[in-house]
Amino acid sequence: MHRTGDLYGHFQTLEQQKETATLGMWIFLVTEVLFFGGLFLAYTINRSAFSTAFGIGSNTLDITLGAGNTVVLIMSSLTMAMAVWSAQVGKKKWVSIFLIATLVLGTVFLGVKAVEYKQKYDHHLIPGSGFDMRYRSAHPTAADDPKEMALEKEEVEKAFEKDPDINAHSQLYFSLYFGMTGLHALHMIIGAGLLVWLIKGSFAGRFTPQYNTPVEVVGLYWHFVDIVWIYLFPLLYLIDRHR
Amino acid sequence: MLGTYVTVRAAFVDLGKMNIVLALGIATIKATLVVLYFMHARYSPKRTQLVIVCSVFWLAIMLALTLTDYTTRSHETQPGVSHLARPGASHPFRV
Repeated sequence: MHRTGDLYGHFQTLEQQKETATLGMWIFLVTEVLFFGGLFLAYTINRSAFSTAFGIGSNTLDITLGAGNTVVLIMSSLTMAMAVWSAQVGKKKWVSIFLIATLVLGTVFLGVKAVEYKQKYDHHLIPGSGFDMRYRSAHPTAADDPKEMALEKEEVEKAFEKDPDINAHSQLYFSLYFGMTGLHALHMIIGAGLLVWLIKGSFAGRFTPQYNTPVEVVGLYWHFVDIVWIYLFPLLYLIDRHR
Repeated sequence: MLGTYVTVRAAFVDLGKMNIVLALGIATIKATLVVLYFMHARYSPKRTQLVIVCSVFWLAIMLALTLTDYTTRSHETQPGVSHLARPGASHPFRV
């Protein structure tokens, strides 16, 4: 393809080329909005149908880890925005620094997510034949606070009274939980791969005030993934927290 | 950017007694700030802004029409639902 510097032959100016690239990314994000939108829709319908099961399922999630992860991800969006800004004003060293910070925060998020998944595995809360809402309170470990466990047991028993099929219905909650957070995590992993590619480019000094489209476009993607989490967090973690 | 910090703080303070409307309201404020400032939507060309508005509009159509259907129609004969309920249990969507 014919190319002059960073300008491809079918564009008149770098400005036009950049606007085209960001518009293309936005259109991709529209498809992503509808993609995740379908899952949010499935979530809404099932939550309204099985509110007790969704409430009790949501209460098994660790709110500290979830809220902490929200802050980590919003911070990573901030560092990503700073990286884009640094590229636009030509602070090459800072582009690398902010991109690395974004990658580190993204990795922390994924690590915490892995810890949360492991907890659900230990507590028999993976949908399937081993699934049992009663398992956790029936098998306390040494690290568990007995008072907390007694409360949880009471809560689970109350839920069984209200809805005898709680084990079937809360599996719906956990299927959606793993489906939605898993898909979100997959987007994060892809984003982390893109960040590694950008960091390599920034070390080579690729991004200048005239040409920084890759940083800008990956930034859009990263912020979108952040927005998905902004909605996932209250919907999955905060269904029934007031007692 | 400062606004994002503030809404995160607000989300923390409200934890525990937050209802769904407030939770989604705060989430929407946060998301809007991210779109406007982090994603530069405020300083983007008109056609990019049009794409963003269209995206929200189509999402609204999908949610509104599907929920209209689910909340007004009886699902007694819906396959794939009944096996979750015990025999004789009433389906939550039945009006």
